[in-house]
Amino acid sequence: MDMTGEHTISAPREAVWAALNDVDVLKLCIPGCEEIEQTSPTTMEAKVVQKIGPVKAKFAGAIELLNIEAPASYTIQGEGNGGVAGFAKGGADVSLEETDDGTILRYEAHAQIGGKLARLGSRLIDATAKKLAGKFFDNFQEHLNGPEQPEEG
Amino acid sequence: MANGATGIGARVKRKEDKRFITGKGKYTDDVRMENQAYAAFVRSPHAHANVKSIDKSAALAMEGVVDVLDGHQLTGDEIGNIICGWAVNSKDGSPMNMGAWSALATQKVRYVGDAVAVVIADTQQLARIAAEAVEVEYEELPVAARADKALEAGAPEIHDNAPGNLIYDWEIGDETKADAGLAAASHITEMEITNNRLSPNPMEPRSAVATYDEAEEHYTLYTTSQNPHVARLVLSAFYNVAPEHKLRVIAPDVGGGFGAKIYIYPEEITCLWASMKTNRSVKWTSDRSEAFITDAHGRDHISTAKMGFDENGKITGFKVDTIANLGAYMSLFSSSVPTYLYATLLSGQYDIQNLHANVRAVYTNTVPVDAYRGAGRPEACYLIERMMETAARELGMKPAELRAKNFVRQFPHETPVIMTYDSGDFDANLAQAEAAADVAGFPARQGEAAKRGKMRGLGYSCYIEACGIAPSAAVGGLGAGVGLWESAEVRVNPVGTIEILTGSHSHGQGHETTFAQIVSERFDLPIENVAIVHGDTDKVQFGMGTYGSRSGAVGMSAIVKAMDKVEAKVRKIAAHQLEASEDDIVIEGGEVKVAGTDKALGWHEIGLAAYTAHNLPPEMEPGLKESAFYDPSNFTFPAGCYICEVEVDPDTGKTEVVQFTASDDFGTIINPMIVEGQVHGGLAQGIGQAMMEQVIYDDDGQLITGSYMDYTMPRAADLPFYSVHHASTTCPGNPLGMKGCGEAGAIGSPPAVINAITDAIGNNNLSMPATPQNVWNALQAASAAQAAE
Repeated sequence: MDMTGEHTISAPREAVWAALNDVDVLKLCIPGCEEIEQTSPTTMEAKVVQKIGPVKAKFAGAIELLNIEAPASYTIQGEGNGGVAGFAKGGADVSLEETDDGTILRYEAHAQIGGKLARLGSRLIDATAKKLAGKFFDNFQEHLNGPEQPEEG
Repeated sequence: MANGATGIGARVKRKEDKRFITGKGKYTDDVRMENQAYAAFVRSPHAHANVKSIDKSAALAMEGVVDVLDGHQLTGDEIGNIICGWAVNSKDGSPMNMGAWSALATQKVRYVGDAVAVVIADTQQLARIAAEAVEVEYEELPVAARADKALEAGAPEIHDNAPGNLIYDWEIGDETKADAGLAAASHITEMEITNNRLSPNPMEPRSAVATYDEAEEHYTLYTTSQNPHVARLVLSAFYNVAPEHKLRVIAPDVGGGFGAKIYIYPEEITCLWASMKTNRSVKWTSDRSEAFITDAHGRDHISTAKMGFDENGKITGFKVDTIANLGAYMSLFSSSVPTYLYATLLSGQYDIQNLHANVRAVYTNTVPVDAYRGAGRPEACYLIERMMETAARELGMKPAELRAKNFVRQFPHETPVIMTYDSGDFDANLAQAEAAADVAGFPARQGEAAKRGKMRGLGYSCYIEACGIAPSAAVGGLGAGVGLWESAEVRVNPVGTIEILTGSHSHGQGHETTFAQIVSERFDLPIENVAIVHGDTDKVQFGMGTYGSRSGAVGMSAIVKAMDKVEAKVRKIAAHQLEASEDDIVIEGGEVKVAGTDKALGWHEIGLAAYTAHNLPPEMEPGLKESAFYDPSNFTFPAGCYICEVEVDPDTGKTEVVQFTASDDFGTIINPMIVEGQVHGGLAQGIGQAMMEQVIYDDDGQLITGSYMDYTMPRAADLPFYSVHHASTTCPGNPLGMKGCGEAGAIGSPPAVINAITDAIGNNNLSMPATPQNVWNALQAASAAQAAE
């Protein structure tokens, strides 16, 4: 499953970059995130509850930041184990471009699911992933700018 | 000696249905043992991975968890690997490459669902929760999910001893002659044909309850099996669970099998072993999700075929190259399905002198594939019958005419692919089907449909299959690890009622009725006086079970042989007591009489005489009980003609089967109602394969059709009212003249459906399942091709 998106955020690039690297911000913005803990400057551990179709599971997983080009881009990669529900893993190349209106955030994300999640939820994964990504950026934008209609990519 | 009301040919209502339709059937999951615990399996979510570690501590710490067992413990107790029981050699003579399959994986998992551990707990719920707490660390490996991709250079290898994932490269027929036949052809039809992968979906999921008796060192296994004796044999001789006399296998009421319940799976082995480890009865019952990733799948062939014709439409040569996906491990009969049950039927109903087939069987990171209703024969039938219909269209001939030009009409007929057809009348079935389907009226119906904006099409399938598997010496010569005879015992009780013990197993076929009918016929007794005993290794001495439509032709033949012996003894007793010659004794109307006199004994009096033994002929042993083993002399060859009519909505691709006509030659029919039921069910499964069902794995080996949300089963509203007919010839190979009817519907119907749809849309290039999307795409391709012309 692959998806791309673009969001304009009314904040300077430095501020967006800082937020993208702030564990507390991520916790607020990642849908279903129950816990997130920084384990090193580039790694985190998280617990996220998600429902994909009929399967609801708590994913315990690790998140890693790679290819860091502050404040322009990074790759965020994660892998979560949902027990008998299966697993989910994925990543996104995220880049920030400074403009007159603020910052354009672009991402190219890919995700893979396995086990029961794939058996029961594969037809729903695209829609679910889009919804979750949308929710994340809504939250993110709201955190930086206050409520505003995001631009869909 | 005949009973019109309940004998052969009577439409007797099924005796077993009283308990089934009132909810009183006793299935494996209904078994409740004292001190029973429950098993839940920890399964791999990855299609291919090394198992790095298994951490059981959290699960073991949970209250109510009895134990958590893994594959190292299993192999440590010398439980043997699961084997394939039919050795198929490659054409270079080398043996097939069978990879090791442990009931619980130790080093490596090879498909999503491969079990690595089992939790035994006080309740099913707890076992499942604890299974979730077992932490398994995997190291993922690259995946080969498709058979053709698994054969490509550089594909990830699944078993060390199967280089290039090749299990065998096998051939049958004469390639030189087939090439020469094709070279001499004036027209060659060439097709790429895929047979879609299916999940069997019996209504009752698999289940097992295992009990170990420590004092007797004895095991009892209740399980959903089509062949409890074969299960006991394999569990004992190969998996080393217990010697046969210390292992009782009971297959009680079983709710459908379709092949999936032939095999001995990791779960049954593990439950038996776990019952010994924990000293608890251990129950496991699959849920539907688990069934999708553990029950052996069916079909999954990719083939290319070339058929040559001379200017008169006679077949000059036929060549087939097939890749068969056997999944991650070789299941019990997996090797035989794409070889001896498939390629041996590629001659179809036709006189083909020059025929060659090559089959490569391949490992992939998917659920093991084995026999599913029809087992190889649907794949053969689909291939030939798509070829014939397509060839007829290319040659500008009527499909029926091209077939009739090539029909076998002399019997016995030896094909170039080792089968000897013993009987049949292909013309009679074709003619009967055409008449019943009103083929002559089709153009008018097509025109009427066009006015409604629908595209109407008609397709044929003239199938032949091989049942009643089979002469033991013959299948032994082809690599089978077992003999395929059947056994029976006829017990006449002192009061004259009869118990038939059979090695066949009924899981929907209605044996309790049909087997009783042949006894009712033979001894002219009420059918209520006959009981059928099956499915318990402690009651029935031995048996090979039910699959391959063999219970009539083989199982009933064994009963007939045992009844012959009973009848001979009855005649002797009656002749002695009535002071007559044995030759003058007749059995009718519940009596044993001297012909032409009023001297008679009641049937029950003979039974009593045999057991009181007060007045038996000199030297005669008391009692009235006889047994027999029957080994068939040949396969049987059911055949027939199916005609399907469809209407396609060109705007949506949605296809409706509007008429389906079947004319079958099953030989002697014991109970027409039950035979019609078998045909109806087979047609539903065949139409399901043709139009709806398909197991799909993604490139990572994830099963993405793992529930009925994504795997479509046919429902009543998807199916037409069938028109079912018979044009029978008697099978010369067995005493009742039976051929078998259990699989024909599933074998013969898919090509009839696809031939009808391709006729409607004017594009021969359509793969199963013919979902609205696939049909719509084929329609668009056809109109694009037309526009380009």
